[in-house]
Amino acid sequence: MLEIKDLHASIEDKKILNGINLKVNAGEVHAIMGPNGSGKSTLASVIAGKEEFEIKKGSLALDGENLEDLDPEERAHKGIFLSFQYPVEIPGVSVTNFMKTAINASRKARGLEDMPANQMLKLIREKSEMLEIDRKFLSRSLNEGFSGGEKKRNEIFQMAMLEPKLAILDETDSGLDIDALRIVANGVNKLRGKDNAIIVITHYQRLLEYIVPDFVHVLHDGKIVKSGSKELALELEEKGYDWIKQEAIV
Amino acid sequence: MAYTEEELKKELETKEYEYGFYTDIESDTFPKGLSEDIVRAISKKKNEPEWMTEWRLEAFRGWEKMEEPEWANVHYEKPDFQAISYYSAPKAADPNKSLEDVDPDLLEMYRKLGISVDEQKKLQNVAVDIVVDSVSVATTFKKTLAEKGIIFMPISEAIQEHPELVKKYMGTVVPTTDNFYAALNSAVFTDGSFCYIPKGVKCPMELSTYFRINEGGTGQFERTLVIADEGSYVSYLEGCTAPSRDENQLHAAVVELIALDDAEIKYSTVQNWFPGNKEGKGGVYNFVTKRGLCETNSKISWTQVETGSAVTWKYPSCILKGNNSVGEFYSIAVTNNFQQADTGTKMIHLGKNTKSTIISKGISAGKSQNSYRGLVQIGSRAENARNFSQCDSLLMGNECGAHTFPYIEAKNRTAQIEHEATTSKIGEDQIFYCNQRGIDTEKAIALIVNGFSKEVLNKLPMEFAVEAQKLLEISLEGSVG
Ligand SMILES: Nc1ncnc2c1ncn2[C@@H]1O[C@H](COP(=O)(O)OP(=O)(O)OP(=O)(O)O)[C@@H](O)[C@H]1O
Ligand SMILES: [Mg+2]
Repeated sequence: MLEIKDLHASIEDKKILNGINLKVNAGEVHAIMGPNGSGKSTLASVIAGKEEFEIKKGSLALDGENLEDLDPEERAHKGIFLSFQYPVEIPGVSVTNFMKTAINASRKARGLEDMPANQMLKLIREKSEMLEIDRKFLSRSLNEGFSGGEKKRNEIFQMAMLEPKLAILDETDSGLDIDALRIVANGVNKLRGKDNAIIVITHYQRLLEYIVPDFVHVLHDGKIVKSGSKELALELEEKGYDWIKQEAIV
Repeated sequence: MAYTEEELKKELETKEYEYGFYTDIESDTFPKGLSEDIVRAISKKKNEPEWMTEWRLEAFRGWEKMEEPEWANVHYEKPDFQAISYYSAPKAADPNKSLEDVDPDLLEMYRKLGISVDEQKKLQNVAVDIVVDSVSVATTFKKTLAEKGIIFMPISEAIQEHPELVKKYMGTVVPTTDNFYAALNSAVFTDGSFCYIPKGVKCPMELSTYFRINEGGTGQFERTLVIADEGSYVSYLEGCTAPSRDENQLHAAVVELIALDDAEIKYSTVQNWFPGNKEGKGGVYNFVTKRGLCETNSKISWTQVETGSAVTWKYPSCILKGNNSVGEFYSIAVTNNFQQADTGTKMIHLGKNTKSTIISKGISAGKSQNSYRGLVQIGSRAENARNFSQCDSLLMGNECGAHTFPYIEAKNRTAQIEHEATTSKIGEDQIFYCNQRGIDTEKAIALIVNGFSKEVLNKLPMEFAVEAQKLLEISLEGSVG
């Protein structure tokens, strides 16, 4: 589904990604781990199409279609979703209104009419119940004054509403309490299917107990330096990153 | 309720006559320039009583001694007041003109605003076929108002039909020599609206000039007088979301509101005069004086959405004379390209326990300048007066400016005055976040701007709010590269 080849990206001439190769097939869950500043969020942003990052070399494609020429919203219309590490606040715009706008924008891009109100309400009810989100929450301004955990849960609510083909979750687990982690992971697992793929960026093994990955990759200095099965995450938890950094140098 | 074809036709004929559509046009435009003779001629043309002529002349003599103010944060070439023609008869629809002759950009905007073809024609002074719907609406409307004793008519008619009311109230809130533009308006105004709500009557519908068929075009020097008698209520809508392109560069209106004891007036404006093109050429100068007087326990709310004009100079104000009276000002001012707006309010607290609220949202884009200027004045006898002001500015890009000039003068120690101000910028991160959810940049900006303006949009009557939202969107189109 997603194919990244020798991807180099920089911002203001600062090189951040230095030759990423990654292939994600439909039905798979990939975990990306790695030390702070190694480029995980950058990779997510580049896939989503953030323009500040300049692609210097390499390619990225979704279902064989080159993504480079597509605007972020066009990528979203094709089913790419990013759960942000730091979701932004939009004062005065309710969660509901934001979702309605987002869903209808994607529908329009696909040549569909706006979603009828009753269907929208039904969808909102269903997804908010699944994620145990209080209704009052949905009328509040997007992310404004939300706690860290609330913001993350709200990201997953949006994911559930949009039902993306490829979901990238950037540290969605950080900030979530133990119960919330379970609820959110459960929500993510509901999206899993043979036609979808998920990339989970995390620092902790804990999330991967709930969302069991097919592959684990370690990013270091803008490069995937090690890939393995879910056991790799356990090993990292135990030993940290030093041994991998060592290996990378050798 | 059904009208026969014949009645309809008749109704229409009288309307056309009433509003001067087919009256003799013997001298439809006066020579340029302003003098006592011209003022007299305007008054005569309008068939006005002697006292009205005198009133105008007094205003004119005052105006002659005044200087155009320069304190506002706006820069423009001063109009040549001797190069303006101060009277021109209402223009009849040009039978040879069709919508194809109208600027396609403007038509595109109409389309986006969802304005019907007939309305488009009316706005562009293209002959309109008979629109049965709007005729019957207007007729029912008139009937309902008459039953309640509400007077709602052009001010020139009110001068003829209700001279006692006009004489008693006109100029009491905005004196003829209040300021340069108000004085000019007082001397030469030719159209505008008059509204009187009798004691204890709640006006059952929003009063809008829109219903005054064939009076779509607003004049250069409009004069509005709204009187809410004791215990009455009225909601008044001014303007129209449709962009008005006018050959008149200078517009200087005066609006006076009078809320007698226990009355309430809600006055909502959507102003969308031509702002000039992208290079800053053309565009209307809008210098307005709007003021309301509150007697005991009364309330006046001003709500405005200002998106048009090249230069705006406008401070809807409340004089809180009566004890326990309330003044409110809710404003959204959008400037784009080379527009300049200096707008705000004055809340003059004279009575005890008077309360005022000011919520101002300024949105600047392009190379525009957007200033809020507000005065909160607490008189020495205004025990326990309270004011809350909030001024938020939203900037788009790096070339525009937002300025806040709050003035506070408190002469009574019991006053409680709170002022909050914020300035924010639409962030790349906010836009990227929206983009990532499938919302394109233009729509994202609209969403963010609407969110920013929400507190004020919520104060507008429902259907006006929807239109105003669309208008905000359109005004900011193309404001990000
Ligand atoms: N806009 C930017 N300008 C300059 N440097 C940037 C910018 N964005 C990211 N970087 C740098 O790129 C590097 C990678 O950042 P990134 O956010 O991708 O790391 P990360 O792996 O997600 O880290 P964390 O685990 O802390 O979230 C960091 O050194 C960061 O400072
Ligand atoms: Mg990160």
